[in-house]
Amino acid sequence: MSETDANDDGYDDEGFIPVRHVAQGETLLEIRNLKIEATAYPPGEPPQDIVIVDGVSLTLAKGRVMGLIGESGAGKSTIGLSSMAYGRGGVRLTEGEILLSGEEIRTAKPGTLRRLRGKIVTYVAQSAAASFNPARKLMDQVVETTVVARGVSRAQAEERAVTLFRKLGLPDPDNIGNRYPHQVSGGQLQRVMTAMALCPEPELVIFDEPTTALDVTTQIDVLAAIKEAIADTGVAALYITHDLAVVAQVSDEIMVLRGGRTVEVGTTDQIINNPQEEYTQALVSVRSIDHEEKQPGDRPVLKVEKVTARYAGLKKDILRDVSVELYPGQTLAVVGESGSGKSTLARVITGLLPPSEGRVTFDDRRLSGDLKGRSKEDLRELQMIYQMADVAMNPRQTVKTIIGRPLEFYFGMKGKERDDRVAELLEEIELGQGYGDRYPAELSGGQKQRVCIARALAAKPKVIICDEVTSALDPLVADGILKLLLKLQKEEQVAYLFITHDLATVKAIADSIAVMYQGRVQRYGPKSQVLAPPFDDYTDLLLSSVPEMRLGWLEEVVANRKMEAAGN
Amino acid sequence: MSRIPPTALIGLILTAVYFLSAVFADFLAPYSYFEVVGEVWEPSSPDHWLGTDSIGRDLLSRMIYGGQITIFVATAATILAFVTGSVLGFAAAVAGGWVDQALSRLVDLIMSIPALIFALVVLSVMPVTMPVLIAVMGLIESTRVFRLARAVAADIVVMDYVEAARLRGEGSAWVIFREILPNSLSPLVAEAGLRFIFMVLFISTLSFLGIGVQPPLADWGGIVKENKEGIVYGIAAALYPAVAIATLAISVNLVADWILNRTSSLKGGRG
Repeated sequence: MSETDANDDGYDDEGFIPVRHVAQGETLLEIRNLKIEATAYPPGEPPQDIVIVDGVSLTLAKGRVMGLIGESGAGKSTIGLSSMAYGRGGVRLTEGEILLSGEEIRTAKPGTLRRLRGKIVTYVAQSAAASFNPARKLMDQVVETTVVARGVSRAQAEERAVTLFRKLGLPDPDNIGNRYPHQVSGGQLQRVMTAMALCPEPELVIFDEPTTALDVTTQIDVLAAIKEAIADTGVAALYITHDLAVVAQVSDEIMVLRGGRTVEVGTTDQIINNPQEEYTQALVSVRSIDHEEKQPGDRPVLKVEKVTARYAGLKKDILRDVSVELYPGQTLAVVGESGSGKSTLARVITGLLPPSEGRVTFDDRRLSGDLKGRSKEDLRELQMIYQMADVAMNPRQTVKTIIGRPLEFYFGMKGKERDDRVAELLEEIELGQGYGDRYPAELSGGQKQRVCIARALAAKPKVIICDEVTSALDPLVADGILKLLLKLQKEEQVAYLFITHDLATVKAIADSIAVMYQGRVQRYGPKSQVLAPPFDDYTDLLLSSVPEMRLGWLEEVVANRKMEAAGN
Repeated sequence: MSRIPPTALIGLILTAVYFLSAVFADFLAPYSYFEVVGEVWEPSSPDHWLGTDSIGRDLLSRMIYGGQITIFVATAATILAFVTGSVLGFAAAVAGGWVDQALSRLVDLIMSIPALIFALVVLSVMPVTMPVLIAVMGLIESTRVFRLARAVAADIVVMDYVEAARLRGEGSAWVIFREILPNSLSPLVAEAGLRFIFMVLFISTLSFLGIGVQPPLADWGGIVKENKEGIVYGIAAALYPAVAIATLAISVNLVADWILNRTSSLKGGRG
């Protein structure tokens, strides 16, 4: 594009560097009865048209922020992208109107859309790491659309980019643009991407889960930076997320979506404090499982003593001097951010990574550090459930085979005896008999995780290691899984070592907690003690970073922090 | 079952025709393969549909029996290559460490020698019988299968369900045959089609060079060799087996493509 088309749309470029002041109240985006369809190609069947979004309408005034919230498959990203008349992955915007500043864009010509995208409407993706070109410097990528679409000089664009970097709280704003994407942290990269979106002075920015992939302590900073940048530049935004507590901090209005339809729309205050629909009420109250802490018993079933471990070929210890205990029928939550060593601890306990020092004791027997040295009985009593249920099950085995195999392997059950026990287990995980003949691909995310739980239970273990078992699930589904785990714990007296980064989950399920930070146990004890002040700096940071479902929480936290997040 | 695309249908029909004529050669061939029934290089006639060959044998009969030999040798060698290659490839991926290193470097070593040259050297010092031919071809091509099987298995070995099986205490046999094999079958089946084609070309080349199937038996490559002098005199006898080799290769390729497409759409790719 040449310099001459820069101003043909009537947007003037005056006041490019300082903040723009937009008159509020004027409608910027109006979507009426939007219908979005796609063609699915199920293997072995004729292609089918499916409706992804059905009859959704929304109105967004200039300078306002609307949160789109819903579970996976609710159509929130699809609706977000439709505001630049884009259908990702071949979806078609088939019916309805999308009016941007009063102009219909759903049926607009490619030329019109090209002037629109990256200039009037911009987009911030979930995974900044995957969205940046690793071979080009950040600044080149940040100013690219600004130079092309706005037609300003490179120097002007860079000046604005630096202003935005500063506003977004990036370290060394004058020079960070000279780095490559891999040279900055994930949280910083997400902020650079926000700068990229704001740089061409758009009217509307679509934020598509911008903090979902970040650690909880980093999320806060990015969230606060985004909120401030939105307020300062007066841009309107669609904020897409699955986390109601997050969206409550940044948006003026919230639209709750489910299965491609609108459930409820309202101001943030009304949705959070006075939800009308049942589904919204469920979403708001999702993190409120009440769990009484149990007193520790006298003899731990699993004891980890002074364990130090490192991966072959690495010069750094991933775990340093870690000691924790787990009592029968109880839950020990191991909490920490990515890189804190919590999954490595699971690998040491299961025998996948022999420790260089220290030992693991199970029921007063010392466990061999290496998987090969353990007896079948040792293996049976210690089971594991994984984060990603879809890759934890062989896609070519039926549910019956998956759950039946431990029965066969450990107890030698065959034929009817085994099938009966599988049916019992399916009952226990609240799935019907009919599920036995299904393949994992025919189950939903929550059902898959339930089958994995049944597989672990089939071995009649004393301890189950749960590695982030709910983090890949939608909040309501995760809630169901946690309740199931608590119920099974009561019935089977099984102990859980529960690895997670989500403190809300911890509060819901733990009896004792170990907070891990950089390979060490930072704080350890019964839940009530760990979660009660006085805190050390890191625990304070971690605890305060969990988004709470109330307005004004973000500002409070940012004002009261003692320590900077590491990934910052 | 979805509709079979026309290219795959053509491939399937031609492949079926070749395989059936190979199986029922004894019933289909009008004469035996070694009997001299006419003059040298007679043109086609109602008695001899494709005419006669360089010493007066019925060319159609030789073609049918030649097809039988070509397809039998290629199939046997493909099976041998797959059994050896995939079992060793899976084992290398599962065992890792020095087992993997030793096997992979050995395969690299064999693969660094051009397959045809390697076969020529081996066959020039060994008696050229059908089993030796099959073994040499199968083992040389098994290196390619090894590479594929190892690569496919290496992707599967890191999956959580394999780790889950190991934590359960399963042995290598369960991991290889119950966890890895069912999940790597589709790329391997598609590869089998391609390997079969290479085997057909391989045996034809060897026979053409005179170290493959020995007279009076002949595969298609051998028939090309026997009749190649005729081309100078405008006699088409050598072209029939050449066309047969080409059409068999193309039709099996069409089928293999179709299988690969179907299975990759299972994984969410575009069908």
